[in-house]
Amino acid sequence: MKIVSKIVLTVDDSRTMRDMLMLALGDAGFTVVQAVDGVHGLEVLDSMDQPDVIITDINMPRMDGFGFIEGVRSSDRHRATPILVLTTESDQTKKEKARAAGATGWIIKPFAPDKLIDAVRRVAA
Amino acid sequence: MDPLEAIKITFFQECEEQLSELETGLLAMEQGDSDSETINAVFRAVHSIKGGAGAFSLDPLVRFAHVFETTLDDVRAGKLAATNTVVKVMLQAADVLADHVRAARDGGTVEEARSAAQAQTLEALGDPSTASASSVPIFDTPIAPLAPEPQASQDDLMGDMVFTPLTVELSEAPASPVWILKFRAKPSLYAKANDTALLLRELARLGHVELLLDASDLPNLADLDPEGAYLTWVITLTTDRSEADIREVFEFVDGDCDLSLTPRPGEFETDPGPQSAEGPMPFEVAADVLTLIQQAQAITIETPIQPAQRINTSVPQAANTGSAPADSNGAAAAQATIRVDLDRVDRLIDLVGELVINQAMLAQRVAESGVSRSSNIAMGLDDLEHLTRDIQDSVMAIRAQPVKSVFQRMPRLVREVAALTGKQVRLVTEGEGTEVDKTVIECLTDPITHMIRNAIDHGLESTEARVRAGKSPEGMVRLTAAHRSGRIVIEVCDDGKGIDRPLVLQIAIDKGLIDPAASLSDEEIDNLIFMPGFSTASTVSNISGRGVGMDVVKRSIQALGGRITITSRPGLGSTFTLSLPLTLAVLDGMVVSVCEHTLVAPLTAIIESLLPKREDVRAMGPDAHVIAIRDTYTPLIDVGVVLGYRKSPLDPTQGVALLVEGEGGSRAALMVDAIQGQRQVVIKSLEANYRQVESIAAATILGDGRVALILDVDAVVATRRHDKPRHDLKLAAVG
Repeated sequence: MKIVSKIVLTVDDSRTMRDMLMLALGDAGFTVVQAVDGVHGLEVLDSMDQPDVIITDINMPRMDGFGFIEGVRSSDRHRATPILVLTTESDQTKKEKARAAGATGWIIKPFAPDKLIDAVRRVAA
Repeated sequence: MDPLEAIKITFFQECEEQLSELETGLLAMEQGDSDSETINAVFRAVHSIKGGAGAFSLDPLVRFAHVFETTLDDVRAGKLAATNTVVKVMLQAADVLADHVRAARDGGTVEEARSAAQAQTLEALGDPSTASASSVPIFDTPIAPLAPEPQASQDDLMGDMVFTPLTVELSEAPASPVWILKFRAKPSLYAKANDTALLLRELARLGHVELLLDASDLPNLADLDPEGAYLTWVITLTTDRSEADIREVFEFVDGDCDLSLTPRPGEFETDPGPQSAEGPMPFEVAADVLTLIQQAQAITIETPIQPAQRINTSVPQAANTGSAPADSNGAAAAQATIRVDLDRVDRLIDLVGELVINQAMLAQRVAESGVSRSSNIAMGLDDLEHLTRDIQDSVMAIRAQPVKSVFQRMPRLVREVAALTGKQVRLVTEGEGTEVDKTVIECLTDPITHMIRNAIDHGLESTEARVRAGKSPEGMVRLTAAHRSGRIVIEVCDDGKGIDRPLVLQIAIDKGLIDPAASLSDEEIDNLIFMPGFSTASTVSNISGRGVGMDVVKRSIQALGGRITITSRPGLGSTFTLSLPLTLAVLDGMVVSVCEHTLVAPLTAIIESLLPKREDVRAMGPDAHVIAIRDTYTPLIDVGVVLGYRKSPLDPTQGVALLVEGEGGSRAALMVDAIQGQRQVVIKSLEANYRQVESIAAATILGDGRVALILDVDAVVATRRHDKPRHDLKLAAVG
């Protein structure tokens, strides 16, 4: 059977975090596309192949993660794309707000690579 | 390099950027900026540092950043007003955070007491309940299991349910605990792009699964809401895993489904259960789930997950997911810069230097061959010259960096010195984007630090004195950078009291630095502060520079081929102006001849050139001479003798004397045969290509292809002072 690598779009303003995600996801065989904030994320999403999973940070300049998730969900093409939010605290309010905006799940930073891959696998078809 | 180490380097680079943003934001808030984007940016900076630090387990940094972040979050949420006091504390906290970052990077530690004290001050700002809660950071807390579903609903559902069961036997059931799960998705589950099939697949990873699908709630097609949720699954899970593990599968769908989880009661054990697969159940869906489950059960950890058709949605899979979208806009925009090994850049600069020399040689040969200026060859050469210069400028620009990296360290210094002196100081910086060669940047920090300390400590008056003088109680120090005629000019300007000339003069006389009878111009008095051993204050040793004075600043600037000047207006303030070459790869030189050899003297060291008169020169012993220049006797040094080109000095009236100022301000007159002119030369290291030669700083190649040595003025002056004329050196400039 032909194995096509799954595509993950990561949206984070921190270069460090983008690199970490790239490393962990790349090692696990995913194809990673990066964006630096919410506005950029939506732009990139428009120009790329349908990603299997989107991972986004919450605190970002220009457009934060909540705005980005709402933007993704309002598009017919991406309303069913799983979105994982990155959050540093297990802060319930932030998580709830992200879920209310349409987030599929979340990843607590700092993440171990296998935890990250696990979360992606759980939501990726 | 280990990829993680590489990311760590990126992290620390990013930290510096974020610390700078943090400081910029806080300073803006201090000036009354209450824009929510400013506070958001400040929050993000700390938040990002904490996030990255967590990934690398930099615990002290994480702990401090967390407390800081909590306070900032309060400000962001409007729970804490960003008063001046609050911003001041946060500025201090930013400094401690910076220390933490640097300690983590360089392997040191921050004094625990200082960090803890700062953290407490931060917490005290916030509302007391928040403060106490946040003192126990919650980073590595494992994800809490879902709150159990209300038990009542489970019984209700069980009672009302009519099952249309489907049993899936996948393998021999091991003798493990058996759990009954009842799961019904709500439409909101699908709206968040979660998927029942995937949840079932996850469950199947935990152990042996048997499924019963109750589709009795499924309405007629006409009434069916395509985005509704009608199916209830009863799952019999045989697994050794804990209840928490099972609940974790449903972590993301908490609240978006009805879920009950119970250990199977004993009587279920013998119940054969309905086996029929009839009923109003969409069989295709079940088949898909079956496939999924089979895949999950057969899966090994290494195997990538196979794509599976979704049940409720029909999102088309991208046809060609194999193409690499990594080089689409997203990745490209994120990486607008490349990192290049500095050695490669230096090699390129070196080559361009050769190119410039080669072009000059070619031009000279062509001129010598008598070709007309208007010929094609000459015109082509002119174009080549332009191109070469452009290339040289562009290559130099690669190494150029904005002075921002130096300037952004200064606000902190100002805060610290202001706190130590009890003065109110505002720092204004301009021209942070001014670019200058990397090596020059590295040498700028110390002199600027020193000049700013000096401006606050000596330049600015105390608050009371300022008020008495009718000035604003807050002193201002202005730090500016600009390009001016091929050099970078940095100014440190204060609006303090200016140089107290009578006092400076008195100190210089008391310390025996000048003759009490000397009559000095205002400018000369101002420049006394650059004299070695001059220090006007006795109580400030730990602020204005641990016993070093402005003479050290001047010396280090001169070592870079720079100049420093001072202007002062009593009662209005002083300005220190520092002028440096944009690069250390080229030098402004005075080309002179000595015994038929061509030498280059750095222009920055030369004060003036003069034609000595016989009556001004006096002998001091057999070899040494002094020359009277405006009533001051200055040692007269014959460069030809120092370098061993000739045994006895040139008759002073036959040559030119260059009055130079060496290290520490000592002056001497250097005798040369003639001055050829002034020109920019490309510096070539003699040490790297030959060996270190005393009295020679470096070499260069002139337009005619000959090597010319660049004099080390300091060494020449020092050689003479130690009375060690060199006769052994027979270094000829070769063509």
